[in-house]
Amino acid sequence: MNVINFGQLLGLAWPEIIVTVTALLVVAADLLFFRRSSIRARFAGSVAIALVGCAAAIFKLVTSPVQPTTLHGVFGATPLIHLLQVAVLALTIITLLLAVNSTFTEHVSEFVLLILLATVGMMFLVGSQDLLVLFISLELLSLSLYILAGLDKRSPRSSEAALKYFLFGGMSAAFMLYGFSLLYGFSNSTNLADLATAIQGHPLSPILIIAIVTTVVGFGFKIAAAPFHFWAPDVYQGAPIPSAAFIASGSKVASFFIFFQLMVLGFAGAEGSATWSHFQSGWVPVLVVVAIVSMVLGNLVAIVQSSLRRLLAYSAVAHAGYMLLAFVTHTQQSLAALLYYIATYSLATLGVFGVLAVTESHIGNDRIEDLAGLSRRAPFLSICLGVFLLSLAGIPPLSGFFAKFLLFTSVLAASSGSKLLLWLVILAIAMSAVSLFYYLRVLKKVYVSAPASEARPIPSPILSRVVVGLLALGVILLGCVPDLILTQILRVIQASGL
Amino acid sequence: MLAWTIYISFLGALALFLLPARRAAWARIVALLTTLVTFAIALKAFIDHRTGEMLPVVHIPWVPSLGITFTLKADGISLTLLLLTGVIGVCGVLFSWNIEERIKEFFGFYLLLIGAVYGVFLSYDLFLLFVFYEIVVIPKYFLIAIWGSTRREYAAMKLVLYSFIGSAMVLIGLIAAYVVAGSKSMSLGDLAGYPFPAHFQMWAFPLVFAGFGILAGLWPFHTWAPTGHVAAPTATSMLLAGVVMKLGAYGCLRVAMTLFPLGMSSWGFHVLGFGSWRDVFAVLGVVGILYGALVALVQKDFKFVIGYSSISHMGFILLGLMTLNQIGISGAVVQMVSHGLLAGLLFAVVGRMVYARTHTRDLAALSPMHLNKVIPFAAVTFVIAGMASMGLPGFSGFVAELMIVIGVWHSYPSLIVFVGIGLIAGVAYIWRAMQQAFFTGSNTEPLQPAHPLPPITFPERLGAAILIAASVVVGTFPQLFLNVIHPALDSPLFQGLRKGGW
Repeated sequence: MNVINFGQLLGLAWPEIIVTVTALLVVAADLLFFRRSSIRARFAGSVAIALVGCAAAIFKLVTSPVQPTTLHGVFGATPLIHLLQVAVLALTIITLLLAVNSTFTEHVSEFVLLILLATVGMMFLVGSQDLLVLFISLELLSLSLYILAGLDKRSPRSSEAALKYFLFGGMSAAFMLYGFSLLYGFSNSTNLADLATAIQGHPLSPILIIAIVTTVVGFGFKIAAAPFHFWAPDVYQGAPIPSAAFIASGSKVASFFIFFQLMVLGFAGAEGSATWSHFQSGWVPVLVVVAIVSMVLGNLVAIVQSSLRRLLAYSAVAHAGYMLLAFVTHTQQSLAALLYYIATYSLATLGVFGVLAVTESHIGNDRIEDLAGLSRRAPFLSICLGVFLLSLAGIPPLSGFFAKFLLFTSVLAASSGSKLLLWLVILAIAMSAVSLFYYLRVLKKVYVSAPASEARPIPSPILSRVVVGLLALGVILLGCVPDLILTQILRVIQASGL
Repeated sequence: MLAWTIYISFLGALALFLLPARRAAWARIVALLTTLVTFAIALKAFIDHRTGEMLPVVHIPWVPSLGITFTLKADGISLTLLLLTGVIGVCGVLFSWNIEERIKEFFGFYLLLIGAVYGVFLSYDLFLLFVFYEIVVIPKYFLIAIWGSTRREYAAMKLVLYSFIGSAMVLIGLIAAYVVAGSKSMSLGDLAGYPFPAHFQMWAFPLVFAGFGILAGLWPFHTWAPTGHVAAPTATSMLLAGVVMKLGAYGCLRVAMTLFPLGMSSWGFHVLGFGSWRDVFAVLGVVGILYGALVALVQKDFKFVIGYSSISHMGFILLGLMTLNQIGISGAVVQMVSHGLLAGLLFAVVGRMVYARTHTRDLAALSPMHLNKVIPFAAVTFVIAGMASMGLPGFSGFVAELMIVIGVWHSYPSLIVFVGIGLIAGVAYIWRAMQQAFFTGSNTEPLQPAHPLPPITFPERLGAAILIAASVVVGTFPQLFLNVIHPALDSPLFQGLRKGGW
């Protein structure tokens, strides 16, 4: 039996500890000092403390030394994992900034606490190399998100969203745990590396196949891939804006990354092949099916949506489908493409939610119809919304296009003449042509339609404008100068040797 | 210096978006100055660079890890088309002088479009080319959907989806070519020099050619063009027909044909009489010529006549490219210029001079108005433009079509009859439209329009004069352009194509 060195654990988990302590500080400060202040002031105070904490955690991460795996392979601390943790913290910071002006709840400190706890969950999640730790951190993340989705107690929609999210989430967690228990029985270990050794060189056993399928079901739920996406439209629509933005960005980044790690490290040797001529069962064919269903269903259903938030939810399903293509080839290059894609996708999605936060507080709902003439009511926000949506559609020179380009080239480059992958890429490109249609429908309302006669200009808080503007700038910059983060990602992946 | 055509256009667009609302009327001046400066730059480069060989403009590494560079180069063909873009750009501003609604945004999108078009013609890196090619799509949508007429939102969406599907096809081909060649470089020269396997070229060529062809009005993917042209405001119709459709043709020649020359060689078997993709596209070109001309002959809407005539003339370009001999391809390039100028002029007459005044384009409603007496300048301009478009010697259309016909005579003698029919139908539809719109009803009492038509303004006269003069220059001194086009076609870039059959 190995003895865990708690000193080492403490040294490793400093950033997470900082965030946790910050979370507690936020609650304490709110109880002690802000009790009688207005909601706005309480939000500002709590968020300010949280920001300091996140910034400190980022600083700690950037300066802390790099260790390949620690605690007998339970946690990783490679440069890649550090980069992911920094990204998650950055997305948390943006989400918190977007939340400053909201008024949906009186439980301000609880809101910030939950966001920070979810962030801790994500930070442990991306670092975990062990099934048990993976599951626990995933549950920490999920439980926080369920409550965040239902935090707007005045809105029945929000409660409905939370309940749906919880029921689907609980079920998928059960699936995943069942799969993990089978894996433990199979390999006698919960460690990913041991698991891979146990799988290597054996033909696929039925137990393993069941484990693969249940794992994909569990993660398919987290990343909102079809057909496990049923919670997404309701949660995107019903949850309070900052919660929805957080669920759509930060939690996606962490889930996608750990899903990739689990598949590539844990199930190494059980890839299988989905090529027609030599079909071989494994996890690749399963993911090919999920990817195709997500791309087709997400894009086609998004066409008929009348609510912008639901449209975003279905487009998220479609984007999950594109990103799953990176899993199919699972090379270093495709991991780089996946990370670039998810990062830029998160920025654009956060941006749309940022714009929605302002418009919804004035218009009262998120119907696409009611955005008519927004370009004359809020010119700056409309330009930003255009940038975000066109980036999601993949129009150059915005980052969404470069992400798609990178992803598709990495998939084709790994294929060595495989017809299947070529067809997958063709399907993905064709589907992104479909997606332009519904994104343009929104922009048509915003730019082309005349505003209603009683419509007035929409004032936007200066902070929202700054945050949304910076997000738009980021989307443009990452598209025009992709090397800003691409070289970093490639270097980190190589250094981590994944 | 040439790269500044792109930068200045984008800066102009930015300046317009930042222009304070109370100074909105300055937008016209800013737009005119911007287009004039870019035109001057293009003209100077054209005059300075008489050899027509590849002229490096800018070369900066962009995404080194993927071998993507920011490379701009110009040869005779691109210089010719840059010059065309400059002329059309200036004239488009002149013919939109009457825009009042959301004027800043109009010229902002307009300059964005022009800048992206310059970018496509200058790009030497295929990734960069694709980026500019896609930037073109979005301003088009807003220009038509906001300032257009007849079913504008439908037409704008149709046009955008067709263009986007076309560029999706191109993207698949480009990514595949990039990966097959080892993912090292996206430079046109490098990729054109790479010996792609023949079976790869066999599917990549039709994919990329048809992808670009959609924007060039390739039959049967042309249906976006007439509806789009008709719905678009005048300046946008001029740009669409004048330069944007040329982007498609340019892409066919510059990308599809140089990258995958073997894709045009024989299949080794015959299906329905077709022996290669080259035969298929040549016949589609001819079908386009005939179909466009015959459909133009029965249109009731004046602008649809011009819209379908564009399909017919673009058919000549595609056919010229498929002749694969020097005279045919240079004819196609000259036809790009010629059609750019003439389609621009025809759309200006119909959209700005006639429709903006009479508020109808129905030929039956126009004929009792005695437009030849009311706005004689429009009538005269249309007659000249129509003659040029029919191919009257002395104008650009004649030279271009003559060269293409000679090229076809060498490569596809059996198609020459159909081309001839197309030429005759071209005379007929122009004649019919001219007569019905301007010169009928001399016996009846002139029907007074509901309101007096405003006289033709100075910017319109100037714009028309520029376009007519340009067409005459091309028609009388085609050598001016051929001297730079021929060396470009002889350059190493087109080596694969030359080996492939001419």
